[in-house]
Amino acid sequence: MHPLLKPISRYVIYLSAWSPIAGILIALMAVPGKLGWWNASVLIIPLCLIYQFVCLSAWYMCKAAPLKNAPVLRTRVMHLAAAVTISFLWVELARLLAYSLAQLPSFQGLDELFKPQVPVLFGLGFLLYLLSVAAHYVILALEDSSKAEARVLETSIFARDAELKALKAQVNPHFLFNSLNSISALTSVDPARAREMCILLAEFLRMTLGLGEKTSVPLSEELSLLHRYLAIEKVRFGSRLQMEEDMKEVSSAIQLPPLLLQPLVENAVTHGIANLPEGGTVRLSGHGDNGRVSLAVENTFDAESTPTHKGGLGLKNVRQRLEARYGKDANMRVSAENGKFKVELSFPSEVTEVKG
Amino acid sequence: MVEKKIRALIVDDEDLARLVLRELVQSHPEIEVAAECGNGFEAVKAVAEHKPDLIFLDVQMPKLSGFDVLELIGTETAVIFITAYDQYAMRAFEVHAVDYLLKPIGRDRFEAALERAKSRLGDKLPPAADLAAAARAPKQFLERIVVRDGTRVTLIPAAKLDYAEAQDDYVALASEGKKHLKQQTIASLEACLDPDRFVRIHRSYLLNFERVVRIEPYTKDSRIAILADGTRLPVSKSGYARLKTLLDQRN
Repeated sequence: MHPLLKPISRYVIYLSAWSPIAGILIALMAVPGKLGWWNASVLIIPLCLIYQFVCLSAWYMCKAAPLKNAPVLRTRVMHLAAAVTISFLWVELARLLAYSLAQLPSFQGLDELFKPQVPVLFGLGFLLYLLSVAAHYVILALEDSSKAEARVLETSIFARDAELKALKAQVNPHFLFNSLNSISALTSVDPARAREMCILLAEFLRMTLGLGEKTSVPLSEELSLLHRYLAIEKVRFGSRLQMEEDMKEVSSAIQLPPLLLQPLVENAVTHGIANLPEGGTVRLSGHGDNGRVSLAVENTFDAESTPTHKGGLGLKNVRQRLEARYGKDANMRVSAENGKFKVELSFPSEVTEVKG
Repeated sequence: MVEKKIRALIVDDEDLARLVLRELVQSHPEIEVAAECGNGFEAVKAVAEHKPDLIFLDVQMPKLSGFDVLELIGTETAVIFITAYDQYAMRAFEVHAVDYLLKPIGRDRFEAALERAKSRLGDKLPPAADLAAAARAPKQFLERIVVRDGTRVTLIPAAKLDYAEAQDDYVALASEGKKHLKQQTIASLEACLDPDRFVRIHRSYLLNFERVVRIEPYTKDSRIAILADGTRLPVSKSGYARLKTLLDQRN
C-alpha cells in the first residue's frame, strides 16, 4: 500500500502541500501568462487534482529502483523518461481541457490564450514529477531506517530472552554432582542426614523447575530457595561455610525477577568460600524505604586466588536482567575490598502480583 | 610372604568426599591410608613426609588445585584424580590415559580404577603441565604459577612474573626481584600463559610484554630488550618479529 494514502490523515497533509503549488501555478498562468485569474483557476485546479494523484505513482518507480543497489545511470534515465512522458500526457490533457472549455461561451478563446503557456506547463510538470520522486526516496529511506532499528531492537530482545531462559533453566552440574556425592557419603554414616539432604535437593530442584515461565516471584520464595541451596552447600562445606541473614527490614512480599539472587549466592559459595581453605561467611541483607528495595549478597573471598573475571558471567546476567526489568531505575554495585566481595542491588519495590 | 602395603594419600577439601574414599579403601587390606589432606598445601607436605605410592587427588580445591599439586610433587607417584564435573579435565584424563573417578564415586568404578592404578604403580605420569594445559578451557590461561622450594609453596600471579629463563630442565621465574626455579620446559610454560601478555623473545627467554621499556639494536640480527628494572634480555630475530606482532596488535 502506498504510504501516503494510508492513514487518510497523511493523504490530507499531502493534499494540503499541493495547495501552494496549485496557487503558484494559477498565479503563473493568470499574470505572466495573461489568462486572467478566473480562467487560470478553472483550468489549473482540476489539472492539479489529477496531477497530485499521478505524482503518487513515483512511489512504485522508486521502489522498483532503490537507490542502494540499482545502477545510478539506469535509475536517472528511467525517472527522467517517466517525468517527460507523464508531463507530456498531462500537458496534452491540459490542452484538451482548454479546448473543451473554449467551446463554452464564457471561456471562448481560452485554447488560443493557453497555447503559448504549454511549454511552461510542461517544464513545471516535469519538475513537479521529479520533486515527487525525490520526496518518495526520502520516505523510503525513512521507512528503511525505522525497519532496521526495529530489527536491531527485536534481535537484542530475543537474545536476552534466550539467555534468561537458559539461565533460569540451568542447575550448575557441579553443584548437583557434589551434592549427590555428599549424600552418598552420608548414607553409611548418617542415614537420617542423607535423607534430609535428598529432600533438600529435591525441593531445590522442584522450586527451580517452575521458574522458567514466571517473570516475578515474592522475595519470600527466592529466599526459601536460597535457604535450601545454602543448606545443601553447608552439608558439603561443613564449618567452612558460615551464613548470616538480615532481611527483617524488607517486606517478604516484594516482587523480584526469579533467580535474581541465586547466581550471586552461588558465586559467593563457589568463587568465595570454595577458594578459602578456612572457609568464610555468606551474608544476605536487605532493606527497603521510599518505594525502593536494596538487597545485598556479601562473602569472604581470597583476593589473591580469585581472579576478578571469574563469576563475571553470573554478574553480567544479573545486571542485564535488572536492566531489562527496571531500566534506569535499577542499580547494581559490585565491590571487593578488605577481603569482602559484595554485590548490592537496588530497584523499585513492587508488591502487587505481576502475571507473566 | 607378607606383601608390602600400598601407601595411599586421600586429598579432598570436603570432609564427606574424603569419607567416601576412606570407606571404599577400607575393603582393601593391601592399601594403607598414610594421611588425609584437606587442601593442596597439606598434600604437598604429606607427599614429602610419607612418600606415598598412590594418591587420590581431588581436582577442585581452594588455592592449589589437583593439577597444581601434581606439578609440585612430580610424576613419580600414581594418581587417581577425582572430579565432580569438568568436561575439560575429563577430556584431559582420557587423552593422557590418567585414572580418574567421577563424583559420586561408585564401587565398581572405584575398583576398576584401583586395579588399573595398582598395575601401573611406579610408572611415570605424563608431565603435570601438559595435563593441566589439556584440562584448561580454551582461551583460559594460567592466572598464577605454583613453585615449590622444599616443602614451601609459592604462588606467583602471572601479572607479577617479569620473565622466565630456560636453564636445562628448569625455568627460572623472575618476579619482584627474586628468582624461583621450577622443573618445567620454557615451551610448556609458554603454552600455559596468555600469548597476549607473554612473548617468547628468544629460545631461552619468555617475557612479560608489560615490562619492556625499550628495545635496542645489539648485533646485525639481534636486539636487547630493556625492562623496567634495568634487566637486559637478548631478543632473537624471530623473537623480535613476535614482539613486533604483539606491539602492532596492541596499537
